[in-house]
Amino acid sequence: MRIQVNGESQEFATEVSLAELLAELSVPGDRVAIELNQKVVRRTEWTNVTLQENDKIEIVHFVGGGAVRERSARGL
Amino acid sequence: MSTAATGLIDPFKIGGRVFTSRLIIGTGKYRSHDEMKAAHRASGAEMVTVAVRRVPLDRSSESFLDHLDPALQILPNTAGCYTAEEAVRTARLAREALRTDLIKLEVIGDQTTLFPDNEQTLAAARTLCQEGFIVLPYFTDDLIMAKKLLDAGCPAVMPLAAPIGSGLGVQNPANLRIMREQLPDATIIVDAGVGTASDAAIAMELGADAVLMNTAIAEARDTVKMATAMKLAIEAGRLAYLAGRMPKRLYASASSPLAGVVR
Repeated sequence: MRIQVNGESQEFATEVSLAELLAELSVPGDRVAIELNQKVVRRTEWTNVTLQENDKIEIVHFVGGGAVRERSARGL
Repeated sequence: MSTAATGLIDPFKIGGRVFTSRLIIGTGKYRSHDEMKAAHRASGAEMVTVAVRRVPLDRSSESFLDHLDPALQILPNTAGCYTAEEAVRTARLAREALRTDLIKLEVIGDQTTLFPDNEQTLAAARTLCQEGFIVLPYFTDDLIMAKKLLDAGCPAVMPLAAPIGSGLGVQNPANLRIMREQLPDATIIVDAGVGTASDAAIAMELGADAVLMNTAIAEARDTVKMATAMKLAIEAGRLAYLAGRMPKRLYASASSPLAGVVR
């Protein structure tokens, strides 16, 4: 089964839930959020939601920034 | 660091929260996490803004939030979004991850100027306000746009002083004055373009309720000193605004009595 995670293609042999996907990717689950096909999935649903072929997942967290030029280095 | 101004300045309220500090600061461009933490402390700011990004899958990543004082109110932002749709999705993700309805809405229209796309910003603001978000929108310093954003349900508006990261200071003081005079009850937060302490003071003297800045502190040679300067400038500017400045005159007006001068 092929899915897209943060724009990258990933292959899974068996069915996976969102919770299992996080574990598989070694992403700590606290203070991240997940979007499945452009819809936010509540944390409480992560164990129930099973991924399907061609699903698009976005896993996001927080970084320093805001009023920050994208892709810029300091001093630019 | 406490100053004499503490107690003279009215608290700053937004979205049901009350703050002593009228300075909101960013978390980007610092040389190190430790430097950022020290600058945050020195600034006295009680709210900091953070960006939402994809988790890198090729390496383990610690949570950036661990580097922030837990007492700080976190204001997630939609920096980097170029459409209303992207901004709305980003805001929903931020709410789910942080359990906060606060969102600094930023929809950029152009990579060179980073000027906001006001049309997309308004569309996103309407959607997010309907979904119960406390939307703080970054926009061009335009009174009519401010009115539309307030009508959409935003509890505050965040006009720019100058382009993001430019450090040019308030480029159009007349626009801010007009906005203040025409919207006396609105919460106006000047966002972006402040370069040094006097810029922040000017924004506050013009009647801004608060100032949001990042680069002015993060790119200063000594970030802790600049953060302190900003704290004092915000307080000085607020006090001057509350005090009501003297009118400007073209000619001199003697401070000493004219009677009794030795001839």
